[in-house]
Amino acid sequence: MAHDVTTTGTGNTELVRVATSESRFARYGLIGTALCFVALFLVLPLAAVFTEAMRNGPGEFLTVLSDPETFAAIELTLLVAVIAVPLNLVFGIAAAWAIAKFEFKGKAFLTTLIDLPFSVSPVISGLVFVLLFGSHSLLGPWLQSHGIQILFAVPGIVLATVFVTFPFVARELIPLMQEQGTSDEEAALSLGASGWQTFWYVTLPNIKWGLLYGVLLCNARAMGEFGAVSVVSGHIRGLTNTMPLQVEILYNEYNFVAAFAVATLLALLALVTLVLKSLLEMKYSEQIAASRRH
Amino acid sequence: MALGVTLSWLILIILIPLSGLAWRSSALGWGTFWTLATDQRTVNALRISFGTAFAAALINVVFGVILAWVLVRYRFPGKRIIDAMVDLPFALPTAVAGIALTTLYAPNGWIGSLLAPLGIKIAFTPIGIVFALVFVGLPFVVRTVQPIMEEIDKEVEEAAATLGANRFQTISRVLLPGLAPAVLTGFALAFARGVGEYGSVIFIAGNLPYISEIAPLLIVIRLEEFNYPAATAIAAVMLIISFAMLLIINMIQAWSRRRYGYGS
Repeated sequence: MAHDVTTTGTGNTELVRVATSESRFARYGLIGTALCFVALFLVLPLAAVFTEAMRNGPGEFLTVLSDPETFAAIELTLLVAVIAVPLNLVFGIAAAWAIAKFEFKGKAFLTTLIDLPFSVSPVISGLVFVLLFGSHSLLGPWLQSHGIQILFAVPGIVLATVFVTFPFVARELIPLMQEQGTSDEEAALSLGASGWQTFWYVTLPNIKWGLLYGVLLCNARAMGEFGAVSVVSGHIRGLTNTMPLQVEILYNEYNFVAAFAVATLLALLALVTLVLKSLLEMKYSEQIAASRRH
Repeated sequence: MALGVTLSWLILIILIPLSGLAWRSSALGWGTFWTLATDQRTVNALRISFGTAFAAALINVVFGVILAWVLVRYRFPGKRIIDAMVDLPFALPTAVAGIALTTLYAPNGWIGSLLAPLGIKIAFTPIGIVFALVFVGLPFVVRTVQPIMEEIDKEVEEAAATLGANRFQTISRVLLPGLAPAVLTGFALAFARGVGEYGSVIFIAGNLPYISEIAPLLIVIRLEEFNYPAATAIAAVMLIISFAMLLIINMIQAWSRRRYGYGS
């Protein structure tokens, strides 16, 4: 990306610079436009979160955060992520393994199905579970008579989160495993390793950074999911409110400082995710095949 | 075994719930479904959702391509940070984005208060919805276009220059057409995401029925009224239109990839 390219020989640098790069004026114009856009849409919103939370000083910020309801919301968010992320981790590995290492009919269709939750509105993702488990549904009366509570309780929130974060790990691993092919595994198997040993000592070390990358994105979404969770949660304070839902409730009560205080925690989570993600991309770009494709 | 696990998990988590939606909407019967789907408030909500998502995706195509170009081609201080920041909308929970954007663009907000004297209102109007969707969709365009831009062979540009094209001609006639499939993909992804977006929009939209009420919000409202048939019908219409549009875009994409297209 050297722009002031010098040519060998002629010394007519001006001509070459104009030919394969833009004029200085155009270059600064484009950089300026891009930076203004980033500032308006990305930097300022992030800055607003922190400024609004600190509006009445750090003292109030901390008081607000130590509220028991907020605490319950943090606990619930962590609980949901701790259940949903490992489930999708196991599924993601299984799906990528099946798609990348074996040949079977309907592979393209299967890949499309895995991606499906990305093209469905989060609200619809929540709605499908209401239709499935609600009191008016087929399963509803049966669940009720057995005292099983799924909607407006933790199981429903976990299900909706699993649905929404379903593709993250799998779609990160599929291209990576396809790229790596099956020769390493074949070598291990021919040397007498069992299927499990092959997976544990050969495949897993090969995909570990890609896996971590997928888990990182999966976790960010699991903790931050709003639409799907809001439909199934029932918004019971202190019981079924995750952090994003707590932000909404506080905000709608005009309790702005508290809303933004909880929001800073989520924003910090986002920043940590971005930093780790960039580090992974910088250090292990070779081992993260799909690093730039979402 | 892996395939078995994959399939059963997929069926359990994705297929059964989604087919429940399909079954519920078909159980409504065509007449009821049509009445519910053509209700004026529903039609307006769908129009707002698809219209604002389309506008936001267009804006993102323009600025996303510029941003990708600047990140791939130029060097400037803070470039790496900006590059990482592009993914912020993927990482920041939508509810947080929603209240932050509202704070900025509300009439008494940081930017809103500068625009208010000029008579420009962003938050609590459909323009506010577009702004939220621009935020949400930006990384889709940048991250689909950026890797393809990095692949562009410098020789193509040199050839164009040797043949007498000026820089503007080289970019508009040689480089951009080759990027068309990637740009279309980015547009489609941003558009699809925008249509279904909920969390970042509801705070800034003002949510006036018929004017700034998006379809996902109307689904939530119908659910809260225990009007499950109406919620199901809106969801079904949204899914059908989205899939139809993605299908059309896929076809255009396949065509333009044959016609121009770098790489894949």
